[in-house]
Amino acid sequence: MRTYLDFEKPIAELDNKLADMRRLAEESTIDVSAATAALESGIAKLRQEIFDNLTRWQRVQLSRHPDRPYTYEYIQLMCDEFIELHGDRQVRDDPAMIGGFANLNGQGIMIIGQQKGRNTKQRQHRNFGMPNPEGYRKALRLMKLAEKFNKPIITLIDTPGAFPGLEAEERGQGEAIARNLKEMFMLKVPVICIVIGEGASGGALGIAIGDRVMMLENTWYSVISPENCSTILWRSWDYKEQAADAMKLTARDMKANKLIDEIVPEPLGGAHLDHVGMAAILKGVILDHLGQLSQLSPEERINQRIDKFCDMGVVVE
Amino acid sequence: MSWFIRKEKGINTPTEMKREAPDGLWYQCPNCKKIMQTREHKMNAYTCEHCNYHEKVGSEAYFEILFDHNKFTELDASLTSADPLNFKDTKAYPDRIRSTMEKTGLKDAVRTGYGRMNDLEIVIACMDFNFIGGSMGSVVGEKIARAIDHALKNRQPFLMISRSGGARMMEAGFSLMQMAKTSAKLALLSEAGIPYISLLTDPTTGGVTASYAMLGDFNISEPEALIGFAGPRVIRETIGKDLPKGFQSAEFVLEHGFLDFIVDRKDLKDKLTSLLKMIQ
Ligand SMILES: [Zn+2]
Repeated sequence: MRTYLDFEKPIAELDNKLADMRRLAEESTIDVSAATAALESGIAKLRQEIFDNLTRWQRVQLSRHPDRPYTYEYIQLMCDEFIELHGDRQVRDDPAMIGGFANLNGQGIMIIGQQKGRNTKQRQHRNFGMPNPEGYRKALRLMKLAEKFNKPIITLIDTPGAFPGLEAEERGQGEAIARNLKEMFMLKVPVICIVIGEGASGGALGIAIGDRVMMLENTWYSVISPENCSTILWRSWDYKEQAADAMKLTARDMKANKLIDEIVPEPLGGAHLDHVGMAAILKGVILDHLGQLSQLSPEERINQRIDKFCDMGVVVE
Repeated sequence: MSWFIRKEKGINTPTEMKREAPDGLWYQCPNCKKIMQTREHKMNAYTCEHCNYHEKVGSEAYFEILFDHNKFTELDASLTSADPLNFKDTKAYPDRIRSTMEKTGLKDAVRTGYGRMNDLEIVIACMDFNFIGGSMGSVVGEKIARAIDHALKNRQPFLMISRSGGARMMEAGFSLMQMAKTSAKLALLSEAGIPYISLLTDPTTGGVTASYAMLGDFNISEPEALIGFAGPRVIRETIGKDLPKGFQSAEFVLEHGFLDFIVDRKDLKDKLTSLLKMIQ
């Protein structure tokens, strides 16, 4: 069963019609090929039209689509081999943050990302992709390991935020994220960060300091979710669409404001419709940037990384 | 601060009263409700002589407490917020900035400067909570970054006094990236071997805690200050229970290993001086 978002309803209707028509053809001898072909092209046209005119809030919805590929799927689809590594060596293993060495086109890489779950049980196990401090410390441990063995680092960002819990505070959520920000600036190996779903606040930024920071086309990245922004500024949950517009949180907005380096296109209709296609696009983009970054010395990369983030911000002198 | 002062001078001049507070003005402690002379209270670094309650003060008071004879050179004093996102909620962002400036007499939520503290050269950045909740936008990030640059160039220790509710939502993505920018500068300061002291005051939460406030060579705080990443209300809603007493207090954070020490504001200047002299 596919999940359709509210704005995809017209597509759902046509998809159902197409399915009915095909069933009819199977059960009888009527030739429906011309009709199905027409309907298929109608669906494609409609989808194009809807996706050409997505609002910011609709992109937020797409970023959370339950069928969207998560970190594990990208690793499986892009990499030939993956050895997952667990634990922060201090408290425990955080299932909301995964990582390990992998093989990408014959090249050893470290790949790290937040992990969401597909069903209720998995979602709870993965804490809805909200890491505790252990997750950030595990990520940093793995990044240092990558640096030690001179392997580039890829991070995949998909989180509704760092977990706001009792133990998270006791174990220093703020300190864990802060340390990652500082340490990631000094990593000697190439670092590429891609927002593949939700990029909420410090919980996203905690693994998103890179030589390249990219966003998939239908994702968001900002300081707070549109719902929480609405609650705080409008004192009601109902202004999430206005909040999404006001915050300019889509890939296109973030690129226009020079807060990210590149937008990675998604297959028509969104990444959730074509996991294999999406992973192939992303793999190509990563390999391309790894090639570029390998031309630079560690010092050049670090200086450029620092300069890029230090240029962010608009003030009146 | 004090209802006596407010009556006399009006609420629009909250930081006016320091210079020579004349006799006969009184301060009532909001905690123990006892009354003392305003001048005594000020001499006591704005702490209560009866119960040690630390009055919430801003950059003007801290600069006066820390810089010798209140002499310092302010950096980037004219920097103000732009409106890069054309942000409007119930109010347009530029209007919010303008009215906050008028109300507080401040340009934004941080002031930075350099001078001498017990003769030691030092760069200090201090946040002002009454400017939109001490929220971190581009001006806060940029002024802190430039203050760190000054510390780097002149090889002077850097003291950051935080007091903030976190991000400036009206600058959304720009606000978030100030966490990155300030952390980058602190990484450079660290590489250069220059001391960084982070003083977290009541309250320090959100993106400020998750960046520069927790990155000190020394993380210190004042008694009973609220320090956390997520705010208490958010945590309470997440876990669906009341929070234990003292949760996220400076004492709690010290106990869990994220602060080096808690210092009374009266002792702040001398203790920092001793510390910096020891590592010189
Ligand atoms: Zn008192």
